[in-house]
Amino acid sequence: MNAFNPIILTLILLTPLVGAVLVALLPDRAKIPNWIALLTSLVTLLFTLHLPAHFAWGQQQGFQFEINRIWIESPAIFYHVGIDSLSLWLVVLTGILAPVGVLASWNAIQSRPKVFYSFFLLQQTAIVGVFISLDLMLYYGFWELSLVPMAVLIAMYGRKDGSKAALKFFLFTFIPSAPLLVAILWLYTRTHTFNFADLQFEIAAGLIPAGLLFWVALAFLFAFAVKVPVFPLHGWLSDTFAEAPVALAMIVAGKMGLYSLLRFHVGLFPVQARQIAPLMIALAVIGILYGACLALVQKNFFRLIAFGTVSHGSLVILAIYGLTKMGWTASIFQILSIGIVEGVVLTILGGLYNRYKTAEIDSYGGAATKLPRAATIFVLAALTSIGLPLLSGFIGEFLILSTTFSQVSRWWAIVAAVSVILSAAYMLWLVQRLFFGPEGKLTASTSVRDLSFGEFIAVAPLVALMLILGVSPTPLLDSIQSGLHPPSAQIKQVIQIPINPQTVVAPEAKR
Amino acid sequence: MNTPLHLWLIPLLPLLGFALNSILGRGLPKWLVTTIGLLAPLGALTVVLNAARSLVGLGAGLPALPYVEACPNPWIALGSLRIDFALALDQLSLVMLLVVTGVGFLIHVYSAGYMKDDPGYARYFSYLNLFLFFMTTLVLGGNLLLMFVGWEGVGLASYLLIGFWFNKKSAADAGKKAFIVNRIGDFGFLIGIFLLLSNFGTLSFANLGALVAANPGWTGGVLTIICICLFIGATGKSAQLPLYIWLPDAMEGPTPVSALIHAATMVTAGVYMIARTHFLFDRSPLALLVVAIIGAATALFAATMGMAQNDIKRVLAYSTISQLGYMFLACGVAAYSGAIFHLMTHAFFKALLFLGAGSVIHAMGGEQDMRKMGGLRKKLPVTFWTMTAAVFAIAGFPPFAGFFSKDAILYYAYLHGAGGKILYGVGLLTALLTSFYMFRLWYMTFFGEIRSHDAHPHESPWSMLGPLSILAVLSICGGWIGIERFGAYLAPATGKLAESASSSHLELILSIVAVLVALEGLLIADKYYRRSPERPAKVAAAMPGVYNLVANKYYVDEFYGAVVVKPLLGISKYLLGWVVDIGIAGGAAWLLAGIANFGGAILQRWQSGNIRSYAAWLAAGAAVVLLFAFLQPVLFPASVPLVHFNLLLGGR
Repeated sequence: MNAFNPIILTLILLTPLVGAVLVALLPDRAKIPNWIALLTSLVTLLFTLHLPAHFAWGQQQGFQFEINRIWIESPAIFYHVGIDSLSLWLVVLTGILAPVGVLASWNAIQSRPKVFYSFFLLQQTAIVGVFISLDLMLYYGFWELSLVPMAVLIAMYGRKDGSKAALKFFLFTFIPSAPLLVAILWLYTRTHTFNFADLQFEIAAGLIPAGLLFWVALAFLFAFAVKVPVFPLHGWLSDTFAEAPVALAMIVAGKMGLYSLLRFHVGLFPVQARQIAPLMIALAVIGILYGACLALVQKNFFRLIAFGTVSHGSLVILAIYGLTKMGWTASIFQILSIGIVEGVVLTILGGLYNRYKTAEIDSYGGAATKLPRAATIFVLAALTSIGLPLLSGFIGEFLILSTTFSQVSRWWAIVAAVSVILSAAYMLWLVQRLFFGPEGKLTASTSVRDLSFGEFIAVAPLVALMLILGVSPTPLLDSIQSGLHPPSAQIKQVIQIPINPQTVVAPEAKR
Repeated sequence: MNTPLHLWLIPLLPLLGFALNSILGRGLPKWLVTTIGLLAPLGALTVVLNAARSLVGLGAGLPALPYVEACPNPWIALGSLRIDFALALDQLSLVMLLVVTGVGFLIHVYSAGYMKDDPGYARYFSYLNLFLFFMTTLVLGGNLLLMFVGWEGVGLASYLLIGFWFNKKSAADAGKKAFIVNRIGDFGFLIGIFLLLSNFGTLSFANLGALVAANPGWTGGVLTIICICLFIGATGKSAQLPLYIWLPDAMEGPTPVSALIHAATMVTAGVYMIARTHFLFDRSPLALLVVAIIGAATALFAATMGMAQNDIKRVLAYSTISQLGYMFLACGVAAYSGAIFHLMTHAFFKALLFLGAGSVIHAMGGEQDMRKMGGLRKKLPVTFWTMTAAVFAIAGFPPFAGFFSKDAILYYAYLHGAGGKILYGVGLLTALLTSFYMFRLWYMTFFGEIRSHDAHPHESPWSMLGPLSILAVLSICGGWIGIERFGAYLAPATGKLAESASSSHLELILSIVAVLVALEGLLIADKYYRRSPERPAKVAAAMPGVYNLVANKYYVDEFYGAVVVKPLLGISKYLLGWVVDIGIAGGAAWLLAGIANFGGAILQRWQSGNIRSYAAWLAAGAAVVLLFAFLQPVLFPASVPLVHFNLLLGGR
């Protein structure tokens, strides 16, 4: 037993917070905030790497690195954190993307870096909190906390109309969290616990009447689906991507919502999830094609990537609501792959924006002449995102589509597979309009330098990961699936757990 | 004691070359780039030749075919799914590898001369090596997914090389078009893979073959659907109807690339794939019929387009599509070794034609329009004579290579039942057209007087002429082995050829007919393009409708543009982008704003930029929750005792 194990999650959670406070306290000049943010994020990354190194892979059940301390007596809120193979790699990914985000913002953020980096680090804490919380109230706190820095930073650092995008983001993500809170509190009134495992057990054991549970599950689903976003709840994403600093766009979409769906919707309400799965699958497939079609006709490259994200996120939704173990494993893999690819894509696009001050695709052309390295890396990321074999995107896409085809629904899988054509179309068209062809007026007249050392260092590890995960995905797949339990098996296993006397519901409540 | 063949070196050496030249290439001196770029394919060729010793009776100590080398760790393993990095060598992949690495090496050598002044020299060689990596993976892949890796990868290499001069808009466009059209085919391929996986649970060729062989009752049904899906993939990669449109545009790439990728190797991958999975196609007469019809139709259709092109490379591009049609025709009549035979000879003479065309273009200072050429016979003797061998080979004159393979295909088509006679007829007509347009090219380029005044043609360097000469020898002798011996050698991998039902007279008669047809094509071309060069224009003027239709390639690109691309973009932009997105997504925003208006004052303050009102929001939310909690006993009486809300409020 490693001495760090009991406190490692707390360290990962608090380090960015400490960094945020430091940034806020120290003077705002000479890149001091940048360096502190970088240092903090690197230290956090180091801590997150402790997790896979000391994770007990053989252990099939339960959470690891767990801490469960009472925080507030009544209502009974616990500081309860822990990870399993579902959340492990997401925490690591968050750790990896943080320094990338700092480096991608290095030159982009010129005004008041202090505000930017302290909020950025606060956001990091919130996201890690979402991934590791096992107490629903704690989880909700982090969930809400994650909205604040995002909204503030979009409003402050927007490119054109930041405050409008921030308002939209806020409306879309905050209002659906209200029913989520209601639902969590309602569950508490029935069970007197916010503890994930206890709730999972009581719901599975049928201790809560099913009629209302449907609405509770729906409230959970709604809040998460907006965050993913699932079609047709994606209205905020395009504006957010267009306005948000790239470091935030990298983390806003996808992972948090998708993880929450897996853990707290399908995980807590398997029966309700099964009921609503056909709808989710249909929405997922619509979202896959819809996002790709809209990506085709965007004029702003950040918006194009936003709709691409809708398409990719929907593919993961398809895998989650297929409710198969293979699909779930593939979905986590794909979340990681999307996170890595978007890190690269957004860093490069952010770099282009810094150099040319526009996100209008048509203003570009022939940028590869002056930026050969940026072009090469962007092409590589584009190929990963369209699922070229031996790159990470292919593995997730292939496994999801093939599992859906053989275990869920042939027709939905076939329709979803059309995205392999559409994604190639919008990504390669983007590549061509930005980097190839004769130099445009803007690209010819602006003197720019190729990728800076910082930008290169930011994307190099991600590029390496795209290759490694594409060529050798099996270790990661193995590690993900070791702790996953498909919903049908889950119900049985939960029932087998001996009843914990502390969580027995008051007899009156059982009615 | 069998020595291992080290098959893994075949793809990995080119990959190493790619890595070195792409990462370090810009800083290396040119001779080193060339050395790395040439050693990679040479090394691969050496390994292949070592494995091929058995062909010439030196096979002592070699492992028996089929021979498999697998990496102990799987590539993808999840649940019941397991995909290995397994390389499999059998007669079929050996022949294909010889073609790929052999012709590939020659074209690498040629490239060293052709591209020597290009600023992107190192990048060019790295892409070319990357192509070889993926192509050999495609050929050696022991399962369908590994083949798919190569399949997509050669598509990538093709994309990069077509768009090699990326500052040229037409080149970048053509690369993108090639990739996307190929993706349409790949969509079919993927569905085929999913069907195989869900029905058989494996993608390994050996396992699939054994499964099918063990169940003689499996015919048609899902196998037909699988085969059609795979064939859709083949129509994309091998430029068959209706997905051939990318190949003519692919001529934007450097000419050696056209020779290697868009003539000799990559585009034949579809044929190879069908031969590889022939045990599936054998069980589905319907799928075979589709393959045969598409192949024959493409052969004829592309040949008619080839007659009216003036760009020397485009003539060759259409002729490639047409010749690939022949190969599919052969697959469709289950003469797989006939298809591979033609694949091989075609690789020789078509690579030679392209390299010869490259030499001509090089000599003409980049001019590709045949109307400006002429009389190059004396200025470029080596190019002329080697190309002549290739033209006679593709037209089907004995004893050139093309005669034997084309003859074999026509023969087996003729033998193939009642419909076979129609396929034979189409094939014969195509042969006539082929002979005509190839001699048209020959006459327009090499005979008469030069029609451009500012060109100063000069013969190419020996790094280019050397490969031309070797390929010329192969174009002459490459078919002498004969279909019987070739088919017998391939039989373990591709199945036996149909026994000739009738006497050998039939074979002889068909051969004579084929030669006469080729001769007819030569004579027509001679009449129109040598003896009276003014006549083609008159003929074209006499029937402007037909001529324009053909010269404009039947407006197929325009048709696809109007029927597929424009509607897709239009629907995406207007219906989805404006109606649905503003309707649904915007509507949701309005709805949420409406909900937010519920606390209108707070919202107003928030809009004024006061972020702190967020706290007020939280308070309002909590108030709603508490209200709900208190009202709950009223709404759902007796469901929960009130005492629990005291807990919630913090009292006990």
